[in-house]
Amino acid sequence: MDPRRSARTVSDPKVRQVGFFTPAAPPERSCSDPPRQLDPIQSLSPSSAQVNDHSPSVDSVSPVMIPPPPHNNSDTLFRTDLQVTSPKTAFSYSAKTVTLPTENEDVTSSLSPSRKVVTVKSSSSYPCVKASSVPASELTTVSVVNLPPGISEKAGGASVEVLNDRPVSSKSLKEKTSKAERRALQEAQRAAKAAAKAEGTKASSAASKVVTSANTKPSKAAKPSSQKNDGSQVAAFEKKVGDRAPEKDRKKDAPHPRMQYDDTSRVEKAKKRAVVKQTEVRNRVELFRHLPQYEHGTQLPDLETKFFELDPMHPAVYKVGLQYLSGDIWGGNARCIAMFQAFKEAIKDYSTPPEKTLIRDLTARISSYVSFLIECRPLSNSMGNAIKFLKNRIAKLPLVLSESEAKATLMSDVDRFINEKIIIAEKVIVKHAVTKIRDGDVLLTYGASSVVEMILLHAHELGKQFRVVVVDSRPKLEGQLLLRRLVRKGLSCTYTHVNAVSCIMQEVTRVFLGASSVLSNGTVYSRVGTACVAMVAHAFRVPVLVCCEAYKFHERVQLDSICFNELGNPEAISKVHGREDINYLDGFVNQEKLQLLNLVYDATPSDYISMIITDYGMIPPTSVPVIVREYRREHLWS
Amino acid sequence: MDFQVVVLAGGNSKNLNPLVSKDVPKPLLPVANRPVLYYVLHQLGQSNLKDLIVVVEGEDAALLVGGWISKTFVDGLHVEIAAVPEDIGTAGALRAISHHLTAKDILVVSGDLVSDVPPGAVAATHRRHDAALTAMLCSVPVSGSSDSGSSGGKDKTKKSGRYNIIGLDPCKQFLLHIATGDEIEKDSRLQKHILHAVGQMEIRSDLMDAHMYAFKRSALQEVLDQKDTFQSLKQDVVPYLVRSQLKSEVLLNGISQAEENGNEKLSSLNNQVLVYQILANASTPSFHERYSMEPDGSSQSRKTHKCCAYIASNSSYCVRLNSIQAFMDINRDVTGEADHLLSDTSSDRDNIIGPSPKLGAKTTVGPQCILGEGSEIGDKCQVKRSVIGRHCRIGSHVKIVNSVVMNHVTIGDGCIIQGSVICNNVQLQERVVLKDCLVGAGFVVTMGNEYKGESLARKEK
Repeated sequence: MDPRRSARTVSDPKVRQVGFFTPAAPPERSCSDPPRQLDPIQSLSPSSAQVNDHSPSVDSVSPVMIPPPPHNNSDTLFRTDLQVTSPKTAFSYSAKTVTLPTENEDVTSSLSPSRKVVTVKSSSSYPCVKASSVPASELTTVSVVNLPPGISEKAGGASVEVLNDRPVSSKSLKEKTSKAERRALQEAQRAAKAAAKAEGTKASSAASKVVTSANTKPSKAAKPSSQKNDGSQVAAFEKKVGDRAPEKDRKKDAPHPRMQYDDTSRVEKAKKRAVVKQTEVRNRVELFRHLPQYEHGTQLPDLETKFFELDPMHPAVYKVGLQYLSGDIWGGNARCIAMFQAFKEAIKDYSTPPEKTLIRDLTARISSYVSFLIECRPLSNSMGNAIKFLKNRIAKLPLVLSESEAKATLMSDVDRFINEKIIIAEKVIVKHAVTKIRDGDVLLTYGASSVVEMILLHAHELGKQFRVVVVDSRPKLEGQLLLRRLVRKGLSCTYTHVNAVSCIMQEVTRVFLGASSVLSNGTVYSRVGTACVAMVAHAFRVPVLVCCEAYKFHERVQLDSICFNELGNPEAISKVHGREDINYLDGFVNQEKLQLLNLVYDATPSDYISMIITDYGMIPPTSVPVIVREYRREHLWS
Repeated sequence: MDFQVVVLAGGNSKNLNPLVSKDVPKPLLPVANRPVLYYVLHQLGQSNLKDLIVVVEGEDAALLVGGWISKTFVDGLHVEIAAVPEDIGTAGALRAISHHLTAKDILVVSGDLVSDVPPGAVAATHRRHDAALTAMLCSVPVSGSSDSGSSGGKDKTKKSGRYNIIGLDPCKQFLLHIATGDEIEKDSRLQKHILHAVGQMEIRSDLMDAHMYAFKRSALQEVLDQKDTFQSLKQDVVPYLVRSQLKSEVLLNGISQAEENGNEKLSSLNNQVLVYQILANASTPSFHERYSMEPDGSSQSRKTHKCCAYIASNSSYCVRLNSIQAFMDINRDVTGEADHLLSDTSSDRDNIIGPSPKLGAKTTVGPQCILGEGSEIGDKCQVKRSVIGRHCRIGSHVKIVNSVVMNHVTIGDGCIIQGSVICNNVQLQERVVLKDCLVGAGFVVTMGNEYKGESLARKEK
């Protein structure tokens, strides 16, 4: 360890890399499953260990690696398993086709005795039922008829799967080898540098070999030699296969480009897919043309009328979508919780359709839910993270699990996410933040953050003497709700609007802010107006503490609030709720020269932020990338 | 979507007296040559609600209705018919089939509703607010009250009391007060605590309860069980639910939450509470929540349930067939302005003529008319804004304006019919003049008679 350390500190002064390499090793191995490749970070993290873990060809060569015995076994096991189960499913299915009509009969007969229930549906319904069931059953009988081949057919299905797997694995192989290549090059350079440093490479490698099991870094150091060797061997093969791979990788790794809504052709396409009717607002502010903005009045009624027609949508998801759309639920945490609870319901009621696998089908199902929710309201970063988590959990489900087991695991995963990442995280944040509140403080908060509220209440419970200034802004005036709850608990509060923030800031000693997301350059993405408050606080030399759960951290870098943002309902700012007499803009809204802009978020530069309080402790905004890098893994794969 | 649909197609209606009979129960009363029930079922079927329970009063009527349904909706719908004894009211009917209701929410639709308001909208509003009751309100049809000159002079006296008085909250989302026509004559009682909780109530009389409700099943069944005396949904159950929304005895929220909590492990109970709290804090509290919180501030001590209203937009069509006036109006509208309700007929023409009518020479059929199949019309007739059923025989020199002629009617030469309803199997002999009349089924009008504003029906034997 030591020699390496010293060598490092001398050789490359990039301090950032410390975060990159240190404790990554143990999780690395555990998460060697293919789904990992989905994540962009993963591709960034140059883990050769996992490369070896996977592809036997490389595996045989590298001497350092522990062979991956369970993997192969399990794989064959699945295959046999599939073969065993497939006829069973076929049988049960055919049986079902037999019972279906009788089931219906049952219903009718059960209806009849108690009260006179004449069932008329006979002629009407049966054909329809049969119509729906018979073709399906025919399909299955076809597969039953060639049962011996049927198995092979099924096995064919399985083999299709295997095939499906294979391209993936081969792709992963490609990508990995190419990556390995890159790695090899990099390592070679580094090794050369190290050699130039007159440090015996042998010594280092030897030292590293000793530490191998504990740390990946040494293995990497050891890698160049071995990798080089096999690299030369595999090189030809790689060259052939690996040529195009990087491009694909890049495509896959690149964050999915958000739609630019000033691109008319794409917007048209997306509109065709859309479930929610999206009429674009005509007068949009030039600078924000690339963001979606729809006529708010028309969406909700239209979606409501489709209530029964959206068959595949689970009612719980649908309800959450409606609530997003109508603004019944807001706030990052609440939206995330609501979404996850809806997904949990959906998973609970989910049953795998015949001839499909749970993992794939459920992922697709969840994706369709997500796109529906996006149509209702764009997702926040935190929700994106949460969805990523769920999808990873689904993809990582072991194939041996039965459907009910898989569902139970997923549901407990969802619960765990809500508990650990939101509830417990908030508790930890509260614990941290309360230490920053002293008697006599005047705390300012903006908007209504759930964490900040908990902090204030907890500090009050601890008997600290402090005052609270709640700063609010139109059009949502959510601060009033916070104010109401705080005052009810007996805190002494001052309420003002953001216009007056510069006046009130003089007496404030600390500013507590919530955040929708914290980006990896330390920018805090939050309710519009936060930046203003933070800036004023900075000018008054008042410390600004941002409270944000770590699951809201995002690796994106954002410098302004223009590229990514959300446009709210422009009507909300042109009208004053509850004051019909203020109607100066009535009839002006559709004028061509008038453009209304109701931004939802803004980006606070990290300069204005003294500290970010998160569930991993209190960190300066410059350390956000470390959290993102180090704990991202844990978020997604733990 | 976990909704069960109950269509209440009552048997006989006193208001429609000469028109409905044993052979033609109310749900089968033809509107533009289709039974009125068709419009409801079709609308439901369009919204993908294919499992329906149709409740009919009286077994004979049930058989008739059942026969018709099985004939008409062979392909699409899965309909079960329940016959309930007569005169037990709508609430009684629901009570009778209560044990068949299993879904989380129940959509109750009146069988005489002719409307193009999608039921999904009501259901969605219901779900979004997690309400115990959602009622669809629509604006009172203007046409019905204004140009009532033509027909149905009988029930004009009654009509003044047909309006509802409906109280809404400022956002027009919640139902705060509902009183149906009959009660309005007396003093109307407003609940003070509701007014106090909401702060502002908008009272409107231009809205009509369209008799399409979404109920939470548990709430509905509880009310039906507890209150044995409740007869009618509209006059008893709905006002009761609205009245008691802040002093809920229905226990829905409490139970459901307790159940949910009970399922969780005890250790995570605390977290669960926190989750609820976060969710609750994140949404704008309706007055229900504010009210239930008020006394001590922390826990939900008072039980409440929500009663929502879905207000159909003005452009949509929504009328109930509950009077002869309405019957005339609907017939006129369905052939005229609201012809999209007749979905499968071609709407590009002004009038709809069945496949094989025989029109005599110089006979004109004006716009907004419907002629059923197999009808024959003689020479030099005029038909304007009227509906003529199947297999009618109409002589020559007949003038039919603003009228409804049902099936198998024989009309002699030289008759003049204005603003009248002529039921099945009626015989009008030659030169009969009818103005604003109702002719019951099987009646025979002898030659040369003139009637004005009368109701003609066969005597009960």
